[in-house]
Amino acid sequence: MDNIKDNQGDVWEVFVQSKPGLPHKHAGSLHATDKEMALQNARDLYTRRNEGTCIWVVPLNAIVSSLPDDVGAFFDPANDKAYRHPTHYVMPEGAKHI
Amino acid sequence: MEDAKKLKEFQAKIDAEIKIEPKDWMPEDYRKHLQRQISQHAHSEVIGMQPEGNWISRAPSLRAKVVLLAKIQDEAGHGQYLYSAAETLGKSRDEYIEELQTEKAKYSSIFNYPTLTWADMGAVGWLVDGAAIVNQVSLQRTSYGPYARAMVRICKEESFHQRQGYEIIAHMAQGTPEQKAMAQDALNRFWWPSIMMFGPHDSDSPNTGNATKWKIKRETNDELRQKFIDKTVGQAEIIGLTIPDPDLKWNEARGHYDFGKMDWDEFWNVVKGNGPCNKQRLDHHKKAHAEGKWVREAALTYAHKEKQKQLVA
Amino acid sequence: MLETPPLANGGREGLKMTTKDALIKYCLRLGDTSLILGQRMAEWCSNGPTLEEDIALTNLSLDFFGQARTMLSYAGELEGKGKSEDDFAFKRNEREFYNTLLSERPNGHFGDTIARNFLHDAFLYHLYSALRNSKDEIIAAHSAKSIKEVTYHLRHSSEWMVRLGGGTEESHQKIQDSINDLWMFTGDLFAMNEVDEILIKEGIAVNLKDIKKNWDNTVNEVLHRATLQRPEDAYMQSGSLEGRHAECLGHLLAEMQFLPRAYPEATW
Repeated sequence: MDNIKDNQGDVWEVFVQSKPGLPHKHAGSLHATDKEMALQNARDLYTRRNEGTCIWVVPLNAIVSSLPDDVGAFFDPANDKAYRHPTHYVMPEGAKHI
Repeated sequence: MEDAKKLKEFQAKIDAEIKIEPKDWMPEDYRKHLQRQISQHAHSEVIGMQPEGNWISRAPSLRAKVVLLAKIQDEAGHGQYLYSAAETLGKSRDEYIEELQTEKAKYSSIFNYPTLTWADMGAVGWLVDGAAIVNQVSLQRTSYGPYARAMVRICKEESFHQRQGYEIIAHMAQGTPEQKAMAQDALNRFWWPSIMMFGPHDSDSPNTGNATKWKIKRETNDELRQKFIDKTVGQAEIIGLTIPDPDLKWNEARGHYDFGKMDWDEFWNVVKGNGPCNKQRLDHHKKAHAEGKWVREAALTYAHKEKQKQLVA
Repeated sequence: MLETPPLANGGREGLKMTTKDALIKYCLRLGDTSLILGQRMAEWCSNGPTLEEDIALTNLSLDFFGQARTMLSYAGELEGKGKSEDDFAFKRNEREFYNTLLSERPNGHFGDTIARNFLHDAFLYHLYSALRNSKDEIIAAHSAKSIKEVTYHLRHSSEWMVRLGGGTEESHQKIQDSINDLWMFTGDLFAMNEVDEILIKEGIAVNLKDIKKNWDNTVNEVLHRATLQRPEDAYMQSGSLEGRHAECLGHLLAEMQFLPRAYPEATW
């Protein structure tokens, strides 16, 4: 504990909800040593212009990301499933509200 | 072989305007170029706080004070966004800061000039931020995703910065004779360093080659400089100030202003450390960083202790 | 310049102070305190221990300047002589300022600033909480707005008190020393005079004795969390109500007021 090396703290990712009802959106990242500091820093960094109603801060190392090599296996199989989209279906002429 | 194929795919993505993201494969030179450019940009924001910070305590009205302070605070924020973008390239902020403090990394040499009067707050906002904005608007389309996103955010926030400076200098230019003289003097001192902010002529710029091919840089130094000059001349005229360049005149054929020779000897001297404030700016940064060491260590230690406590509980 | 000489009782020996006079003084107290804290916190710009903290510290400064502008403008309105926020900020002398003695203490190191802010934030937090019910509409509205800012300030300084107190041996010692050194300026926060007497009767101001109790609770609680000792209440400094300050205020004002003083005919 005595030989903690001087550094800027861990990286945290910041997600800001700009209005109630909207999803939290990634705003950027910052450094902090604890969660309260991360939250306060996020507030001062990413909501200085009335941009927020709620903030999430997440330690970067808690985020699991897919990798560029996964792109094919993860996302291409969705390409040929047009039936998941409403435009795939043929509606009778004149049908409304559907 | 593998690399040649990857390089080809990489270039195809760039050509198709698909952004490169941190985990994507990228040529080592691309990574190095970005590390250098983004960190230099971050350092510039942070060192750039000092010349304006020089006048916060002496701002002549409470409105002027909060505006200036909010602006400098934005610059700290922009430095933060840029360090974050640079960190996605696999180097920590600590490493970048060390490069700055050991003079391995540069920052924009405009900040090695002193701010001598309040009119300089006008000139810095109007000219220095004005020049920076021309560059940054262009960089919103840069090929590296995190850098482009940082630039979008920065451009949005910077929109008031140049106006703040122009308002100050415009007001002084219409003020008492003393104020007017201060305004003209500020323009005289900041004009040439500002247009040299865009860097050497394209013909003398060593880093342009790949940067253009890889779309890190979207417009050349000379193109950006010309844009800045073209839009600034009229702004000076309206407020009755004279740009200190006798060769400045409209060229109908080119559709641009022609302008005089820049003093590259001075430019390179300031870059190399011989500007009036190089040492002062760096010393200030080192001192603040050194004085913060015990605070950072305390916060790290406290967080460590709290984690231990949770593990035991 | 203020026409009233900056002496005890405003040189009005024998004259009764009106509610309006008292309210102007009260606004100057609140406004000056915010102004001086704002000026002090602005000194942190480009000097913070991390970039994030630099931004946090200047955010506090901006809040304080905002508060100062509201109160100084209101003082000018009440006085009715056409004085602006800037006239009050830039054209008064040392003995005409009524900011608390604690607010003007120099920044020192980060711990000194945190300790000063914490002791002061706790005061303003309870003061503005109570002043939300002021019978004066402007004071009430100003307090309702300021309490949000001050709540955040107190949270910021308290968390740092706890981190520094519970951090390294060095940080623990430093923040304890800061608290000890500043303690003698805390008595002045709760000093009252004729101004308070008049305004409390009118339901405009609050009794600072009540604020003191709440302040004690907050301070004790945070010091405890921070594993720090509360200093003994020994001899306390006083004087802000009479515009009697430490030497450091004169330097702060000389710097802050330089331009409007040097070019009195200019606007900026």
